[in-house]
Amino acid sequence: MPDSPALTAHAVSKRFGGLVAVNDISFALAENEVLGLIGPNGSGKTTMMNLISGALRPSAGEIRLYGEDIAGIGASRIARKGVARTFQLVRMLPGLTVLENVTAGGVFGHARRWGQELNDYAHALLQRVGLPNAGDVAMTALTYIDQKRVELARALAGDPKVLLLDEWLAGLNPTELKTGIALIEQLRAEGRTIIIVEHVMHAIRSLCDRCIVMSSGAKIAEGTPRDVLADAEVIRAYLGTADA
Amino acid sequence: MDIIIIGLLLGATYALMAMGLQLQYGVARIMNLANGEMLIAGAFGTFWFYTASNASPFYALIGVIPLAFAVNWAIYRVLIVPLVRRARNQGQLEVDCILATFGLSFILVGILLAVFGGEYLSYSYLARPIFILGEPYGLNRVAAFIGSLVLCLGLYLWLHRTRPGLALRAVSVNPAAAGLVSINVTRASALAFALGGAVTAAGGVLLSMFLTFDASLGVVFTLKALIIVILGGVSDIRGAILAAFILGLAETTVASLVDPGLTLAAAYLLFMAILLVRPEGLLGRRSS
Amino acid sequence: MTSEAQAAAPVPVTKSTGHRLGITGREWRNLAIAAVLFALAAVVPLVGSGYVQSIAISIAIYTALATSWMLFSGPTNYISLATAAFFGSGMYIVAGGLDLAPYPVLVLLAGVAGALFAAVVGLATLRISGVYFVIFSLGLAELVRQIITWLQHVLGTMSGLYVYVDRSEEMFFWQLLALTAVVYLVGWWIGRSRLGFALRIIGNDELVAVHCGINTARAKVILFVISSTFAAIAGALVAPRWSYVEPTIAFSPFLSFQVVIMALLGGVHRLWGPLLGVIPFTLLWELISANFPAQTTLLLGAAFLLIVYFIPNGVVGLIEDALRQRGEWLKSLRLLLVRRSRDA
Ligand SMILES: Nc1ncnc2c1ncn2[C@@H]1O[C@H](COP(=O)(O)OP(=O)(O)OP(=O)(O)O)[C@@H](O)[C@H]1O
Ligand SMILES: [Mg+2]
Repeated sequence: MPDSPALTAHAVSKRFGGLVAVNDISFALAENEVLGLIGPNGSGKTTMMNLISGALRPSAGEIRLYGEDIAGIGASRIARKGVARTFQLVRMLPGLTVLENVTAGGVFGHARRWGQELNDYAHALLQRVGLPNAGDVAMTALTYIDQKRVELARALAGDPKVLLLDEWLAGLNPTELKTGIALIEQLRAEGRTIIIVEHVMHAIRSLCDRCIVMSSGAKIAEGTPRDVLADAEVIRAYLGTADA
Repeated sequence: MDIIIIGLLLGATYALMAMGLQLQYGVARIMNLANGEMLIAGAFGTFWFYTASNASPFYALIGVIPLAFAVNWAIYRVLIVPLVRRARNQGQLEVDCILATFGLSFILVGILLAVFGGEYLSYSYLARPIFILGEPYGLNRVAAFIGSLVLCLGLYLWLHRTRPGLALRAVSVNPAAAGLVSINVTRASALAFALGGAVTAAGGVLLSMFLTFDASLGVVFTLKALIIVILGGVSDIRGAILAAFILGLAETTVASLVDPGLTLAAAYLLFMAILLVRPEGLLGRRSS
Repeated sequence: MTSEAQAAAPVPVTKSTGHRLGITGREWRNLAIAAVLFALAAVVPLVGSGYVQSIAISIAIYTALATSWMLFSGPTNYISLATAAFFGSGMYIVAGGLDLAPYPVLVLLAGVAGALFAAVVGLATLRISGVYFVIFSLGLAELVRQIITWLQHVLGTMSGLYVYVDRSEEMFFWQLLALTAVVYLVGWWIGRSRLGFALRIIGNDELVAVHCGINTARAKVILFVISSTFAAIAGALVAPRWSYVEPTIAFSPFLSFQVVIMALLGGVHRLWGPLLGVIPFTLLWELISANFPAQTTLLLGAAFLLIVYFIPNGVVGLIEDALRQRGEWLKSLRLLLVRRSRDA
């Protein structure tokens, strides 16, 4: 692992009233690494993503982006520092065209463009996610999967250094899954650092350098996908105890 | 000292009024900007009843509460339900409700103006002093205080000891989950809205005993009730009661130390303090 | 309007024209059309009777107010009920300051004061969710009224103030028309700027907006300040025409209400939308207040509900629906003809 990590979490916790959704999580993510965040439903994966992107403020702990503490500085500042994300449940801008949904991510964020340059860039991104001719369409006319593609294009419009994908591959059919995985591989090849939350284990295996397994908010395993998925505790967390 | 006592006397009626709004906003999730007009309507009704019959204004409650309940039930059914149906999301519903109830507030003011005219009204009931700790206070204020306490307590017990009350509280915590355990959320919301309106109007009955009012005063009470509810936390009755007394005290303090015409300034000062210091409310849990 | 609730606020799809740095030919054309319309409007008081003049002045006032209201509340869905607070403040600055400073200076001062006032209110309320803002704005006019009444009481001045500035009716109209033109220009500029784009994103989904790197609080406060500054200047321009200013008149909640109703009637997603609400409403209102002077509040409320329930997207929405339907009708007609000719 290179000596300057892109992203580190140190003893990060998040409480909602009595519920500890993220419990004392620490990890370090090297530049250009792909980390998988897996775990059963409700284990706190999305919450962890929300903490990194700044949608939520951690109850405790620190999160550093290239050494700088970003915990609690607000999502807009974190976005401008080069962290972009997609949402588990797509959040589109229904009153805007598809093209504008993409350009929205490229005006105020990490890389900033405007005017014709931005439009061209957004068109190129739409092409990349597989929607070459959708620019002028109303957002609500797209299928859910296509909306997810637009959301990824929006995240990429700011040319982020760190990309957070929350179950972006969920719901794709096998062919789409293949192109999806290839796309994420490309993004990585461009030098981006990526965290993916995913229930599609096949994707985790082929994409991730490393995996963190969460259960009830806590980290229960960390390692290569192969090791982690063979871990007895992980299997128990996913499937419950054998005697049940 | 007398500031504190007057503040407390006032606070009880405010608590009642805020409980009304809380039922509407916390349970039915309707931001009702016509809430204060309902209160003023209760006050006008009482004025009419008292001047016509000369019986105790407390008897007006017998008429006002069911009437306000029915009117608010109808408002919910006729005006709010279509908005709920039409709304594609919570945000649009909120905007629509704000606009609709704002329009409604002008209609109510218009009706009151048409029926009662635009003058300031007041009547004199129990206008005798009563001595508390050696200082004289209006007996009507004390009567309204006791009336408010009784109604607050009744409502509180109803919410916490009966099945319909439980249903309302369940809806206020989580409408989706309440629906899953076979609570009819629409009915519960209508009930909460109607009950909230009735409670608010009852607050108007009690307030009219010691307050001079006119048709345009409603907005001030809407604002006060909203501030109390925000200060107390949207779904927390105890918080609202505490907040009501704080507002009562703050107002009385400003009224007696600075100027009686500045009561709204006191409310706003309190509002600013909440916004800057504790946006989640007095007893509300911080989510972080 | 929490960020959650803002999630997918309904905004009709509008094509932004703002993605180019230079002014396009189309925009030049629109600007030219607007200039011609303004020039035509400027002639109205010269040819019309006194009655026409007074209606033209009302329309100019409400167009300036409703359009500047829409600049902020349109894209964000944050309903401001506080127009009267700023309008009245502008009025009072002129009424109270005429002995101390020349009128044009007071108009400028009114703008500055309105801006500062809006900045304070915006900074306190717009950083958190929209509901707080609505509530805050609801009583703002009443608050300022109480404070001014109290100040006058403390200072021992009369509660009513006479405002004498020598202006002809035509002059009032031209001043207001000029203000309206500035509102439109600023609105047009915002619409094609990054700021305008940011506001549209915020109105659609505030959570997405922050994740796009938008400083949402700043964008909202800037727009609220711009919008309120215009309201304060409008108040300052109108004060001499009323010649007598009193707190209950200057801060009447009626004004805030009328502004919202007219903007909604017209449509709040187009710059020219409010105008389409102001003109019919002002004319209608002339009729109502002449024939039912005692029932104005009731009728205003009823009109408001009718608009909210039956024309939620305003006149602009109706026009756009009609155009769309006509387009579809033409398309099916063409299809039919093609089929006919093929069959033949
Ligand atoms: N804003 C919130 N307020 C209260 N509780 C929350 C909030 N967000 C998440 N939680 C709770 O925190 C826990 C973790 O939720 P989270 O969404 O992070 O799980 P997840 O691992 O992403 O699950 P899934 O695989 O289903 O997406 C859950 O119990 C959830 O109910
Ligand atoms: Mg999740």
